Amino acid sequence: MNAALDVRGLTTRFDTRGGMVTAVNDVSFAVEPGRIMGLVGESGSGKSVTGFSILGLIDAPGEISAGQVLVDGTDLRTLAPDALRRMRGRRVAMVFQDPMMTLNPVLRVGDQMAMAVRVHDNVSKRAAWDRARAALDTVGIPAAAERLRAYPHQLSGGMRQRVAIATALLHRPSVIIADEPTTALDVSIQGQILAEVRRLADETGTAIVWVTHDLAVVSSLADDICVMYAGRIVESGTAEQVIGAPRHPYTRGLIDSVPSLHPPGQPLPQIPGSTPQLVNLPSGCPFRPRCPRATEICATDPPLSGTDHPALCHHPLTEAPA
Amino acid sequence: MPDTLTPGGTASATPSAAPTRTRASRLRDFWSDFGRSPVALVSLAVIAVLAFVSFGAPWVTPQDPYDMANLDWMDAFLRPGTVGSGGYTHWLGTDNAGRDMLSAIFYGLRTSFVIGLSAGALALMVGITVGLTAAYFGGRTEALLMRIVDLQLSMPAILLALVLVAMLGQGVAQIILALVVAQYAYFARTTHGTATVERGKDYIEAARSTPLPTWRVLLRHLLPNVLPPLIVVATVQVAAAIALEATLSFLGVGLPLTEPSLGSLISNGFKYIHTDRTWLSIYPGLFLMVTVVAINLVGDRVRHVLDPRNQR
Amino acid sequence: MLGYLIRRLAQAAVVVLAMSVIVFVGVYAIGNPIDVLIDPGATQEIREKLIAQYGLDQPLWRQYFTFIANVAQGDMGTSMVYNIPVVDLVFSRLPATLELVFVSVCIATLIGIPAGLYAGYRPNGVAAKLIMALSVLGFSVPTFWIGMLLIMAFAVNLGILPSGGRGDVGSFLGINTSLATLDGWSHVILPAINLSLFKMGLLIRLTRAGMVEAMRTDYVRFARAQGLTEREIVFSHVLRNISIPIVTVFGLELGSTLAFAVVTESVFTWPGVGKLIIDSILQLDRPVMVTYLVLVVILFVLINLTVDLIYARLDPRVRLKGGS
Repeated sequence: MNAALDVRGLTTRFDTRGGMVTAVNDVSFAVEPGRIMGLVGESGSGKSVTGFSILGLIDAPGEISAGQVLVDGTDLRTLAPDALRRMRGRRVAMVFQDPMMTLNPVLRVGDQMAMAVRVHDNVSKRAAWDRARAALDTVGIPAAAERLRAYPHQLSGGMRQRVAIATALLHRPSVIIADEPTTALDVSIQGQILAEVRRLADETGTAIVWVTHDLAVVSSLADDICVMYAGRIVESGTAEQVIGAPRHPYTRGLIDSVPSLHPPGQPLPQIPGSTPQLVNLPSGCPFRPRCPRATEICATDPPLSGTDHPALCHHPLTEAPA
Repeated sequence: MPDTLTPGGTASATPSAAPTRTRASRLRDFWSDFGRSPVALVSLAVIAVLAFVSFGAPWVTPQDPYDMANLDWMDAFLRPGTVGSGGYTHWLGTDNAGRDMLSAIFYGLRTSFVIGLSAGALALMVGITVGLTAAYFGGRTEALLMRIVDLQLSMPAILLALVLVAMLGQGVAQIILALVVAQYAYFARTTHGTATVERGKDYIEAARSTPLPTWRVLLRHLLPNVLPPLIVVATVQVAAAIALEATLSFLGVGLPLTEPSLGSLISNGFKYIHTDRTWLSIYPGLFLMVTVVAINLVGDRVRHVLDPRNQR
Repeated sequence: MLGYLIRRLAQAAVVVLAMSVIVFVGVYAIGNPIDVLIDPGATQEIREKLIAQYGLDQPLWRQYFTFIANVAQGDMGTSMVYNIPVVDLVFSRLPATLELVFVSVCIATLIGIPAGLYAGYRPNGVAAKLIMALSVLGFSVPTFWIGMLLIMAFAVNLGILPSGGRGDVGSFLGINTSLATLDGWSHVILPAINLSLFKMGLLIRLTRAGMVEAMRTDYVRFARAQGLTEREIVFSHVLRNISIPIVTVFGLELGSTLAFAVVTESVFTWPGVGKLIIDSILQLDRPVMVTYLVLVVILFVLINLTVDLIYARLDPRVRLKGGS
């Protein structure tokens, strides 16, 4: 099956006062239609920047310096700015973290959604509102017509995030990048939205990249998982592989520190230290200073081992499956 | 840091939490940030030079232009660069009374600085007092005080100053008083705004629950937090006060003609704009403009540096 | 809505009344107008007659009540200098000032807002830096001096525009205004530019700040992620948001433009109320001062009310207190 989204060697850098920072470093992954890929990492690991880089939404002083982003086989990076804009929202859409901030507070929900419809499809305002209402129905919003006339502040956080997801769905895109869309919501609402997203991926065949720091969410939702650390993908595979038999010590640490994935009654282990600053990364493996398995060889760049369930590590926890 | 670009910005955890910064290091950071703008540095230098020549006017100028005994009618309307009867060059020419324009400008500038700084400082003190009182006591005191402040803010300062000067009469002290009344409201509003935000925080509650006297809580705890935005307001208001004094004097309701003032100098030069004696109005205006613009540019930079959104 | 309006108008009336007391007492504190008015050589008899005629022998509170009673009948008193009813005097001068303010506000808005939008959209560009530098000049350089330079340049040196006064008055849609004639425009353009500069500088800075802030928001990023064009983002999303603070300041500044007209009118000998108030302050013409100030207060109150109403229209999060 052809991948809906195929990212190859994506690299995004920021020219900061402290020096050049590579926030996304040679990142590659692919997502097939109808599948959900969890992109997991701590704050500052570059996972959100990866999401924005896919859509080409990096502002100065940032710059996407290398790589390909293939959506249905079209490389977004080679498109002219206006052609790229036409892909956004139509072929590849995005949902943001904070539903309180993603909707314009002074415009009606319906007007905002209708604008998103009409920018790609030449339809009447009325038809655009109808499409918007249908999209709200799809994400399970009751009394959709009424909600369209509301202003964002009149809706709850969960409702607003559903509106954002509905907006992303308006053009039936091949790919949706969801940047921590449930982090700001109550746990009960979070569950509802996750179930909704799972259903949508199955029904519409949309490929979803779920950017999150929450391994628990991803383990129940995602089909595949990529773990990011300091701008690189350090491990990738199916959800069963990565959660069930992690190969990278960092992934192991992440899993161990999630309460729900941990046997009860035992103290919760933590990864010592914190995310490195990208300005002056240590040479070799960036996880080295925090890694229990680190040896001298880790001062050199780690190799990528395995093809089915690859890990970027000198000392993976299990050898690559044959 | 790249993470500030992510929407919603989950605060990135830096490995070493920033050490508690001392006052000295904060000041050093402020200056290093401030100095990154060449425009602001030049402006600061210009202000320093202007302040030096104006406060040193009696020593750096060849004549006291407001001492009638020094003036010679024979020297009237000399063009810039001409040597007058005093044997020295009138670099910016002389006016209708034979007054050396450069000297007169320095003396006028001194008045500008004195009025601007004292009006600014007094308005700052009055404003802080009103704003802090309102924020600290709350309730009816707050409602009444801030009502008056808001009402005043909705009136343009120039109008208020105009009426006050008309009531108080002409003179340096009168102008300063009028400017203070017209301007304190800006400080009061800023103080009150920041202080009400701080008031809600726990540390003020904690300080209040100790037996410290009220004024100590106000001065030691609230004031330091209110100061940064006030510094910005102060620069703007000093510049505005200087411009207002010049305007009032130009309109003939500010300083009497016997007092040196850039406004009166320009007003005097204004009588001759249909002749070629344009130096009479252009040069004092240039000095006034440079002073006010320089102060505003410094204020702009201070605002930029103190704005938390611009701190990296 | 109606309840809100009535409450606001009642509040406004209280403010105006309070201000009239302050103004009256304040103006009363200014020297004795009789000394200015009459020939120092006049006999004591003439002097006392005049004092009685103007009611200056009455106690202050009594003078105030006489004043209020007269105001209620539409009589604001008689100018001591021009010797005609103040209401007639002020209203004969008001159109000139309103013309001037109108033209200058238009100039400030039409240039200031687009310039600010641009400077905020590309905040690091050369053009943006230039616009910002000019805006600093705009609100730093004293109005009267700029006015003088304008006269020097365009009236004295180039000789293409008149140096002062108001031009011929024509009729347009039944309104008598100098804006209906070419001569009128040639007279109004310099003072209007002069008066607009301060406001333009302010509008540029305000619009720029709002634009910079708005472009950083998530909803703009979200709009971009939906593939909206930059044009749509700026004009449909951002403009609506930043129009809220702009309208507020714009309204407040409308009042200050009226006040600053005092300066511009003096420089350009523009026969408006600003020139009138300066003259009346210099000549201690009390009734004119009081009338002008009360008029300004009323205008301010009305402007504030209008701003609040527009504000509520623009920002759906604001609900006017006092029931709908």
